[in-house]
Amino acid sequence: MTVQELPGAAAYRPTPPPAWKPLTDPAPLLPDPEPYRVLGTDAVADADPELLLRLYAELVRGRRYNAQATALTKQGRLAVYPSSTGQEACEVAAALVLEERDWLFPSYRDTLAAVARGLDPVEALTLLRGDRHTGYDPREHRIAPLCTPLATQLPHAVGLAHAARLKGDDVVALAMVGDGGTSEGDFHEALNFAAVWRAPVVFLVQNNGFAISVPLAKQTAAPSLAHKAVGYGMPGRLVDGNDAAAVHQVLSEAVARARSGGGPTLVEAVTYRMDAHTNADDATRYRGDSEVEAWRDHDPVRILERELTGRGLLGDEGIEEARVAAEQMAAGLRDRMNADPVLDPMDLFAHVYAEQTTQLREQAARLRVELDAENDQHDQHGTDDRGAGR
Amino acid sequence: MTTAAATAGERTAKAKPATMAQALGRALRDSMADDPSVHVLGEDVGTLGGVFRITDGLAKEFGDERCTDTPLAEAGILGAAVGMAMYGLRPVVEMQFDAFAYPAFEQLISHVAKMRNRTGGAMPLPITVRVPYGGGIGGVEHHSDSSEAYYMATPGLHVVTPATVDDAYGLLRASIASDDPVVFLEPKRLYWSKADWSPQAPAAVEPIGRAVVRRQGRSATLITYGPSLPVCMEAAEAAVEEGWDLEVVDLRSLVPFDDETVAASVRRTGRAVVVHESTGFGGPGGEIAARITERCFHHLEAPVLRVAGFDIPYPPPMQERHHLPGVDRVLDAVARLQWEAEH
Repeated sequence: MTVQELPGAAAYRPTPPPAWKPLTDPAPLLPDPEPYRVLGTDAVADADPELLLRLYAELVRGRRYNAQATALTKQGRLAVYPSSTGQEACEVAAALVLEERDWLFPSYRDTLAAVARGLDPVEALTLLRGDRHTGYDPREHRIAPLCTPLATQLPHAVGLAHAARLKGDDVVALAMVGDGGTSEGDFHEALNFAAVWRAPVVFLVQNNGFAISVPLAKQTAAPSLAHKAVGYGMPGRLVDGNDAAAVHQVLSEAVARARSGGGPTLVEAVTYRMDAHTNADDATRYRGDSEVEAWRDHDPVRILERELTGRGLLGDEGIEEARVAAEQMAAGLRDRMNADPVLDPMDLFAHVYAEQTTQLREQAARLRVELDAENDQHDQHGTDDRGAGR
Repeated sequence: MTTAAATAGERTAKAKPATMAQALGRALRDSMADDPSVHVLGEDVGTLGGVFRITDGLAKEFGDERCTDTPLAEAGILGAAVGMAMYGLRPVVEMQFDAFAYPAFEQLISHVAKMRNRTGGAMPLPITVRVPYGGGIGGVEHHSDSSEAYYMATPGLHVVTPATVDDAYGLLRASIASDDPVVFLEPKRLYWSKADWSPQAPAAVEPIGRAVVRRQGRSATLITYGPSLPVCMEAAEAAVEEGWDLEVVDLRSLVPFDDETVAASVRRTGRAVVVHESTGFGGPGGEIAARITERCFHHLEAPVLRVAGFDIPYPPPMQERHHLPGVDRVLDAVARLQWEAEH
């Protein structure tokens, strides 16, 4: 459509509205177009060999943990397991960049990050095993409960970091979310609050390509998920999520920035989920083998191992050592997961309120009667099969 | 929505009749003064003092880190409050209007209500969610909902609603002091109802969960709460002419529910009507009527009746008087109790 110019109208140029001026310069907030890498680049020369070796050991352990947990689903010992195989670099780096006083806010796929932070592997699995929702005290470990609803833990991270700063504590919160989670309203509200409050938070988006079956192209029209940061007034960083050294470095910088009062950062780690969404998902319905194979070459364990062996920092002995340590962890996990948890049904009513309501007391009494009747029945049959295998 | 704002001068004047709005503001102020972990946050709560002026003066007295104007995002407000509570603060969140709380439902239901349970008691969340609710103020749509049934259906939440100036103060203080999350429903059409209540001499703070008999009577019990209490009190006075001596029970707390006080009253009177603004179908009255029937069946002379809002989306302001249960509708139900008793 064209606008016909009236005589004299050419001279008129509307003035901008009086209040308008950009609040901040967007340029420094924009991510680099290429994901940042360390392994296989010149940047690796500056990497601390000890850190690289530690990352390697954790990656090997993490890979084995994912394999063991997946096997436990097949044995019926876990109700479900969302594997992070292929994403271990993100999981491990997220755990290792935090100080003890910092907080981790994991999503349901981030069991490994919680374990790498030092949480007992069995306690970390109680949600997925189905015996308890959260098998640990979040305050003791500074790990929020694994969050099943998408992105809802992000505003918690913001609120906690904000509260810590109000109290004068030098605490950073790192919150993890997937690519699908970036479409949720809570993602946007959390980023906005964090930026407005300059809260010491780091948001780590693990872009693993799919939200269950929906590929990234159907999830967002943004140039990258890291680009979303500029809209909130925080820097966005794009990193190779399979490069443990790069993820660790980018997250370390973001954590340092947050700790020094510089405010939040959005980090997008480009990675790939090698397994299906969970053991209940059939990934062959939405992606081909060739795509998965292409990522196998860029496997986080393999590329770090190549780097370390190539530089002579790791030999066969070191590889074997890491493997044995991972096997020991897996064997311990297997043994402990094969024991039936002892559950008290009366716990159902124990933690709804600080003090049970009369209504809950009545319901608890009813359950008690049912349980006593069950026990009587067992006794009458002369056997007690309580606690037998599933 | 603007209100007749209470000025600071009015609020501190001694022994003057105060409004419920002033009592709520005073409860926030006193809670913040007593406990440095109490933080108020929400849209407009700071500089403006809230659209209803409940938080007036708090930012000035305690600073904007204790009384914080947040971005306009209810899930973000409540979600941030969860994190603050996880770190040991005691957030009091304002939702501004009933229907504005809906974007925060996921945070409320999936996290606020469940955190204690999910963590086996390790991480209680002492959050108070203030929700101005109900109609009768001429608000346009989305400004007059009665959403208490949604909250009542969520285990882990306390649901509290004052009907008097004294209770507004006492229950809000108790809610903020509670280690459990409380949805604090403020009947906004009672915000400016006055009482002989001195802000200088706070009434005793009662624990959450106790109903109170506001008027003693022998022939039937009206069970109500929040904005419908004055309606029931007026109906009870009007019923005297008809020969009815009505007892009026103010629930004050919907969760926990005070079965004892309600059942004791209905056993005395043998007849009961539940009165509330929110819809009847799936509304609180159905639950209350069922509880009464289970406990008092042999004492009942008539079925438990409900007088509720119609089962319609909240109507436009020019029509709301037809929707809101008024004195006549309550008296009509009382008359039906008689009929039911005779047949």
